[in-house]
Amino acid sequence: MDLQTGLDPALDPDGDGDLPFADPRVRQHLVVIGNGMAGCRAVEELLARDGGNWRVTIFGAEAHVNYNRIMLSPVLAGEKSFDEIVINPRGWYDDNAIDLVTSDPVIAIDRASRTVTSRSGRTVGYDRLLIATGSDPFIIPVPGHDLPGVISFRDMTDVDTMLAASAAGGSAVVIGGGLLGLEAAHGLALRGMQVTVLHLMPTLMERQLDEAAGWLLKSALEARGQVILTGADTAAIYGEGRVEGVRLKDGREIPASLVVMAVGIRPSVKLARECGLAVGRGIQVDDHMVTSDANVLAVGECVEHDGQVYGLVAPLWDMCRSLADGLIGTANPYRGSVTSTKLKVSGIDVFSAGDFSGGEGCEDIVLRDAARGIYKRVVLRDDRVIGAVLYGDTADGSWYFDLLKKGTDIADLRDVLIYGQAFATGGAQADPNAAVAALPADAEICGCNGVTKGQVVGCIEAGAASLDAVRQTCKASASCGSCTGLVETLLALTLGEEAVESGPKTMCGCTSFGHDDVRREIVAQGMRSIPEVMQRLHWSTPDGCSSCRPALNYYLLCALPGEYQDDQQSRFVNERLHANIQKDGTYSVVPRMWGGLTNPRELRAIADVVEKYDAPMVKVTGGQRLDIFGIKKEDLTAVWADLNAAGMVSGHAYGKSLRTVKTCVGSEWCRFGTQDSAGLGVQAERMTWGSWMPHKFKIAVSGCPRNCAEATIKDFGIICVDSGYELHVGGNGGMKVRVTDLLCKVATEAEALEHCAAFIQLYREDARYLERTAPWIERVGLPYIQERLLGDADERAALAERFHHSQRFSQDDPWAQRVEGADAHLHRQLEPAE
Amino acid sequence: MIDIGPVDAIPLRGSRSVTLDGENIAVFRTGDDRIFALVNRCPHKHGPLSEGIIHGHAVACPLHNWRISLETGEALGADRGCTPTVAVRVEAGRILLAAPIRAAA
Repeated sequence: MDLQTGLDPALDPDGDGDLPFADPRVRQHLVVIGNGMAGCRAVEELLARDGGNWRVTIFGAEAHVNYNRIMLSPVLAGEKSFDEIVINPRGWYDDNAIDLVTSDPVIAIDRASRTVTSRSGRTVGYDRLLIATGSDPFIIPVPGHDLPGVISFRDMTDVDTMLAASAAGGSAVVIGGGLLGLEAAHGLALRGMQVTVLHLMPTLMERQLDEAAGWLLKSALEARGQVILTGADTAAIYGEGRVEGVRLKDGREIPASLVVMAVGIRPSVKLARECGLAVGRGIQVDDHMVTSDANVLAVGECVEHDGQVYGLVAPLWDMCRSLADGLIGTANPYRGSVTSTKLKVSGIDVFSAGDFSGGEGCEDIVLRDAARGIYKRVVLRDDRVIGAVLYGDTADGSWYFDLLKKGTDIADLRDVLIYGQAFATGGAQADPNAAVAALPADAEICGCNGVTKGQVVGCIEAGAASLDAVRQTCKASASCGSCTGLVETLLALTLGEEAVESGPKTMCGCTSFGHDDVRREIVAQGMRSIPEVMQRLHWSTPDGCSSCRPALNYYLLCALPGEYQDDQQSRFVNERLHANIQKDGTYSVVPRMWGGLTNPRELRAIADVVEKYDAPMVKVTGGQRLDIFGIKKEDLTAVWADLNAAGMVSGHAYGKSLRTVKTCVGSEWCRFGTQDSAGLGVQAERMTWGSWMPHKFKIAVSGCPRNCAEATIKDFGIICVDSGYELHVGGNGGMKVRVTDLLCKVATEAEALEHCAAFIQLYREDARYLERTAPWIERVGLPYIQERLLGDADERAALAERFHHSQRFSQDDPWAQRVEGADAHLHRQLEPAE
Repeated sequence: MIDIGPVDAIPLRGSRSVTLDGENIAVFRTGDDRIFALVNRCPHKHGPLSEGIIHGHAVACPLHNWRISLETGEALGADRGCTPTVAVRVEAGRILLAAPIRAAA
């Protein structure tokens, strides 16, 4: 990349910044109303076919780039951040020269003059117009529906409102027991609210599940603490000035500080209707998504095709392909979609497809395994699968769906059909891979992103050798993750088990989760203790091991500053006894010397300790302080008391924590010094001492670029220059030497300290336990660090503030606490009674 | 048997040591509230087992993370070696320890 212009030289051979696309004056202008999944996917499909001949403008009502709307639930549940659900980041718009207009919805279309006008008054002409306005949540018009605190669940603004409400705790009512409502309820419950779901129909999700599966789901959700009221007809929402509760027609009242209305969606057709396009239930389109006006197209949830309106994502992909082919003059008619639903509700796998209402000429095959909570029902007509409902075990969903779409005659399979593909296709029971191997290339693997088996295999053969790589290239398994097992099997089948590159490793043998998963769940589920984590995440051992316990202890400590009770028995001995164990079982003691500065009083106290306790050795450490060796465990508290008396505190030379701040003397003495490096080092150490981190952390401050404090091999290094301070991160002088990356340059000490605090907090929240900053930065990449720390001053300030908050609870000298008696007996041996 | 103190002098998943006849003995209290005792010396490099992290019925030596069974004193996993166990029982909330048999040094 050419850093000056940000343009790839291959695309810009003459380097003038102009891309060799067709002259913009002759390019056709496509204006897209709606910056969501349908509109952006259509643009992607078009640009992939014919990028050079189109100029694109996209209008969005929201402030964001295109994100995956079906992933709002994991954001609400705290399992994903907004950034993780972005589909098209800002760079995609820039790279494709797309004009993106956010927070400014189109309010009028003039088909005669071929222009659209936005709320802010902007008028833009088009050659072709694409309406991708999606759908609007349906708000039932009961009294009180417009009170503050009554919202829908449709966009990031709704999620932000729910997060704000859940932060205050209390009760929430979700009206609507469909997919969206249950996901909202699940997320709010995870966020700590007491949730009641009101559903008008007798069973939950009646459009996707039959009565039996709906009942199983209701029981499971109730066991998780939600209150589910079926047959509940809302009469009114009441409250003075803001919502206080919901009243049912039978007179019951349910108090709530938040009401989420999730009773359904309607195609958003207002614009189309106002400009005179043909509109039925949705905007009527032909097989290439063209409306009643040949220059106007429409796609997604807002359209009606062949009498059908779709409220799911999967049909989008086919619609967008037909639309793009139609625009470049290739026939590829859209023939409607048969939809399936595969989803996780509160961690419960559910699948449904086709018609399962039963009726004349239909036969049911049902399998129930109550002990395992499994229910399967396949609906047949004329020896063909016309519907399927799976609960608890959805592994065969894509097979049934494939049989259904193709109309395969299953007369020969009928006896074994319900046992699933591996069994039914014979002889393959012992090999779960056989089921996946037998899937045809056009079988859908990932419903969220519309990816077939053939596309997954193609992307593996093109070099994607790990789950992460597949997720990044063809997006399979990148959304809800319910097809992860299928993708892993395809990796193994395509490359052989050995050639598959493993993703993040599990924490240890006690769990199948990796560090990042565990950490995310701790925060998302609000877990508060090590036993709770082990219980909820199904640890396979009673109390973990020496690998996972210290990691969990740290993650909880980091997540709950001031609240979490540190578990001493999950600390390595050095952190438990606040000294470094040596090979003979004695300990070494390192008092803190701020910035490497000391004075006669401290030196005298250290000399006295060495003599009084017969320490065989004193050594100057690489971190500019003194290490007293050979102290017996029983003497540690007495040694600390003597050092405390001289004003010294623990140097944390034993901890996964801030170790030392190494300095040179700087401008106060040195003829080359540019700034007061020693003074800044002391400030940095005063700010950061005592903080627990994923691993040890070293800081240095050099007073000039001669860098006598070796700041470029420290976790955080400051190099003073005439005009300010260069901030360096991710250095390491240990086993694998790594020179720091330059983070940025700042002008003042205050800025240097703020960046230091923010960087440490990012490392604390982001790195895995026992991961130093150097491998962490290599893993996540410097651009990520820069974006988090430099992209937004508010985010940096928030990180720094979280660090300072956490420090309020960690800057107690642990030595003084022990000297005062806290756990002092643990330093003594047991005494035999006489 | 020698009374070395109440069970709750040792934290759950914790350990303390006691010296009997010149032999340092590690006394462990596991997460399921059982008491075990081993000679306080890892078979590997003689690390003090009483300072290790206790999980299940095993302790991880603080020096090199060998895992030692509290029931048998045997090293677990790929490592080979054994630390003598010391007979111990709990009566009325007190820990009673047998005098150790000195390992031939």
